[in-house]
Amino acid sequence: MSGELLRAEGIGKRFGGFVALEGITVSFAAGQLTSIIGPNGAGKSTFFNILSGALTPTSGKLHFRGRELNGLPQHRFVHQGISRSYQITNIFPDLSVHENVRVAAQALTVSYDIWRNRARLTELNARADAALDAVGLLGKRAELAKFLSHGQQRALEIAIALVSEPELLLLDEPTAGMGPEETKDMVALLERLADKRTVLLVEHKMKMVLGLSRRVVVLHHGRLLADGAPDEIRSNPEVRRVYLGQSEGYG
Amino acid sequence: MTSPSSGEAVAKSSPGGLGWLLEQRVLLSIAVLAVLPWLLPSQALAVNVLIYGVVVMGYNLLFGYTGLLSFGQAAFFGAGAYFTGIAIGRYGVPWFAAVPIAVGLSTCLAAAIGIVSTRTRGIYFSMVTLALAQLVYYVALQASSFTGGENGLRGFTVDRISLFGLQVNFLDPVNKYYVLMIFAALAMWFQSRILNSPFGAVIEAIRENEQRARACGYDVERSKLIVFMLSGAISSLGGCMLALHLSIVPLDILHYQTSGMIVMMVLLGGARSFFGPFVGAASFLILEDVISLWTPHWQIFVGAIFVLFVLFLPKGIWGTLLDVLGIGKARQ
Repeated sequence: MSGELLRAEGIGKRFGGFVALEGITVSFAAGQLTSIIGPNGAGKSTFFNILSGALTPTSGKLHFRGRELNGLPQHRFVHQGISRSYQITNIFPDLSVHENVRVAAQALTVSYDIWRNRARLTELNARADAALDAVGLLGKRAELAKFLSHGQQRALEIAIALVSEPELLLLDEPTAGMGPEETKDMVALLERLADKRTVLLVEHKMKMVLGLSRRVVVLHHGRLLADGAPDEIRSNPEVRRVYLGQSEGYG
Repeated sequence: MTSPSSGEAVAKSSPGGLGWLLEQRVLLSIAVLAVLPWLLPSQALAVNVLIYGVVVMGYNLLFGYTGLLSFGQAAFFGAGAYFTGIAIGRYGVPWFAAVPIAVGLSTCLAAAIGIVSTRTRGIYFSMVTLALAQLVYYVALQASSFTGGENGLRGFTVDRISLFGLQVNFLDPVNKYYVLMIFAALAMWFQSRILNSPFGAVIEAIRENEQRARACGYDVERSKLIVFMLSGAISSLGGCMLALHLSIVPLDILHYQTSGMIVMMVLLGGARSFFGPFVGAASFLILEDVISLWTPHWQIFVGAIFVLFVLFLPKGIWGTLLDVLGIGKARQ
């Protein structure tokens, strides 16, 4: 295991009187796939939104590569090396598949240039196509994103996040709403991704998570319930009680 | 890997063919505008199409391409006209200097309104722009020593201008049209440049999905402010043209009805299409001319036609035409 990439220290989040997260302290090392699981309402999405800058924590601190992220606006997170995908497909529907990824690649280099011809930024094309190739969508590059199948849109979602070459890739339920065939393709894709980079995964499909991850973090009622290798999680009685028992048979 | 291609607005066909010609949207638009006075029933109408076309084109950048529905574009149209008139009439600034000064000041106004309004979203954005534009209207109404108040701004007339040493009689409608067309051409070239630029890709992304654009690493708020200012600058140039054309500035052009008219024009012609604003301005003004011949209540009919367009032709006249001809995506 290589060095620590991201450290969350006592992260808490309140919405009015509702405590969504409390005292989450966890750190993630570079170069492995970690999954965050937990029943509905456990605070997974909130935690994810905090890690990607969409929400600011009400307490606690985030350190990424030794740098504190608190107070950084969301759009700067990608520039720091943290990129995410969304649980509900979140793409640019009326742009072509290629343009979807290309515009994401452009964000890291040039935003406010109103003068140059963007067609001249040819290195963006190559980067976009490489990201599309990585998720197996290169053949669809000219199609409008809204005409892709659900599974392909999920893959595009990942390509958009991937093209920034993030050091930390946050994936929010990449197999949400997918059938078994599409899920199989996605798992293969996740395995390929986890080979090369640090991935944090929120996922509901338990079998898949335990098979894929090197480490699993379990949230429950906004608190950290367990943290360990898949085998430890599987045999942890607390986890079995709140979560696994209900879905182990078929999940 | 396939050969790298470009963003949406970029040539995909080989140079020399019909496709290449269709890519030259600025040249094509200028060519159409050059013969416009002979296509339309009157030259006065042609000048108005030119002026409103530029105003609506600026608005199209904000509404069509970025997806921000402002109800206050009249503020910049009016500001361009008033600043031009005041600069010429009150401070004796030559006309060719008055225009860039007026555009500059209007862009500052757009920055001020934009800083407040682009922090809001959806219907709130529309309402804030409407309210702030009305504020500009009342300032113009009250500051009558500067603006002429209700009577409009008078007392500046550009009758004779020298273009590169050539004396041109600006009262001649044909001369006037072609001088103003230079401004329109500049505006079109500028707008086309913006749309083809990397920033053009950013505003597309914001229109398509603001949340994702932010997650991709774009400062959405700042980008919206910039596009608001660019849009105001282009629309204000239309105001400058109006002031030069009429030699008066009617207070009405700051009224919210003007903002509404701009919205109608862009939807009639085709939001998100390059030449649509001119088509929209022409259709609106022709409808107004024709229907007001036989009834003073022409607005009822124009309104009905507008509703039909929103329901059945959401891409407007020009956008639909391009779709039918199959060149919609390539050129818009």
